Amino acid sequence: MGRVLIRRLLQAVVIIYLVATVVFILIHLAPGDPFVYLDNPNVTVEVRAQRSAALGLDRPLPEQYVRYIGRLATGNLGESIFLNRPVATVMREALPNTILLMGTAIILSFGIGVAIGMVQIARRGSHVERALTTGSLFFYSMPDFWLALIVLLVFAYWIPIFPVGGVVDPVMHAYLTPVGRILDRLWHLVLPTVTLTALTAAGIARYQRSALLDVVREDFVRTARAKGATERTVMTRHALRNAVLPVITLLGLSFPALLGGAVFVEKVYSWPGMGLVAVNALATRDYPLVLGCAITGATMVSLGNVLADLLYAVADPRLRNDS
Amino acid sequence: MSDRLWQRVLRLPSARIAATVVAVLLLTAIFAPWISPYDPSAQPDIVGLKSQPPSLAHPFGTDVFSRDVLSRVIHGSRVSLTVGMLAMLLAIAIGTSYGAIAGFAGGKVDNAMMRLIDALMAIPRILLLLVVLALWGRIHVALLIALLGLTGWFGVSRLVRAQVLAVGKQEFVISARALGARDARVLLRHILPNIVSPVVVAATLGIGNVILLEAGLSYLGIGVQPPQASWGNIIQDAGGQITQLWWVSLFPGLVILTTVMAFNTLGDALRDAIDPRAHPGR
Repeated sequence: MGRVLIRRLLQAVVIIYLVATVVFILIHLAPGDPFVYLDNPNVTVEVRAQRSAALGLDRPLPEQYVRYIGRLATGNLGESIFLNRPVATVMREALPNTILLMGTAIILSFGIGVAIGMVQIARRGSHVERALTTGSLFFYSMPDFWLALIVLLVFAYWIPIFPVGGVVDPVMHAYLTPVGRILDRLWHLVLPTVTLTALTAAGIARYQRSALLDVVREDFVRTARAKGATERTVMTRHALRNAVLPVITLLGLSFPALLGGAVFVEKVYSWPGMGLVAVNALATRDYPLVLGCAITGATMVSLGNVLADLLYAVADPRLRNDS
Repeated sequence: MSDRLWQRVLRLPSARIAATVVAVLLLTAIFAPWISPYDPSAQPDIVGLKSQPPSLAHPFGTDVFSRDVLSRVIHGSRVSLTVGMLAMLLAIAIGTSYGAIAGFAGGKVDNAMMRLIDALMAIPRILLLLVVLALWGRIHVALLIALLGLTGWFGVSRLVRAQVLAVGKQEFVISARALGARDARVLLRHILPNIVSPVVVAATLGIGNVILLEAGLSYLGIGVQPPQASWGNIIQDAGGQITQLWWVSLFPGLVILTTVMAFNTLGDALRDAIDPRAHPGR
């Protein structure tokens, strides 16, 4: 178990290094430089060269790469060119917002998705099953940014119950009581979370349904029924426990999708998280910030996979002891 | 894909509806210039006709440039469907070749090839696409298709490899070998024809995904470039004025949703038809 964990963590490091390298190469292959957005036509070629030299961008590429990886190994992500602040600081501010949004959405969507899958299998062939199948297909087939736009339009403009964006009220938040501040945060969290949850839960429900379908055909389920176990016991004690394994696999697999969803949802709701930072950094060709976002994103995905492996070991006793 | 399989698929009412929707969409895309009521990029009256809500003359309304949104959606279907289907074809071609070689070669070659897939799959696709597209700026649709195809084949290759391994153990393959068939012949004539069905299912379900991805990238302004209309970038045409111009964003989104739902329904129906155990009741 411990050895597996170490191997997985090492793999995660390799993946992060790979992402850092690929993104570094892509950035330097791409046309244009990061000063297009800082300067105007009055700025001379010398000033540009100076700026470039100050950031080490005039050095040969291999040297830049070695320096970059060297700095990275010590945890230094460099300075954002456009924001004039350390990338690590920008990440530290943005990451909690993304983790809050993604974490809430993961917990809710796994709860809802697994429950929907269970109900579908328990009520096989009924109208309930068909309605839930269509419903999950409906949200599974929806463009994430569009759902975010429509939810925003309906629940923030047409029926103005919820705020139009951000994490807190920009004016009132400072004057609220501690309880009021928490409520303010939760209030801002509702629409982005509901959007991301609806999209993610739909995929999980589809997956859970087919995983359960495989399980209920197995012999041990028939044995449980033959013993006279109630349908509820069969579903919860026997079928669900075994169908949990593919769901955990899905947890690992859903991190990249969730990250993509978060990019669009954050953009629509002006949620100051990683996704919004990444989109803005790309628009301004802020090399260090783009790399910082890519590495943070890859780290999140890799850690998600390690987490899924750990949960897998917890859920499946066969994996706990050996290898 | 045998004719009987299609018959079994089309017995489901949902699959019949989905197949009809896909057929209508394809016809719309092919005959777009003849069907669309207006020129998709014409700006007939930038003052008088701008930002009109849906009406009989403009069922989907008009945008800030007085362009007819319905005509743009109709023409956009060409781009969005082409991108979705060609990118998926490319992904299937690469994924099938790669997976077939890995599964057929076996041993160390297989192991190394699949390790590479593990590594590639761990890199979030959206991250790679965002970086490449945003840094290269305006790219041609053909490049977009290539990029979506090149980042979309990893799952297909895993599927094909597993299928090749499974089919390769069956007796008709062993007897073909015993009769002296060479590797290439065994792979092309005996193994690949038997794994077509799962690949078609994966492709059908994958098209929807690529259409969603293209829409998202075009919405961010880094996919299909205006003035060429794609479903995603029409939604973006409402920009920050979605409250005043809700129709510009609502209708193309509904079309994307309908399209993707149709492809996914077909994919599900195909999968269930290939594996009837999934629906023992029917």
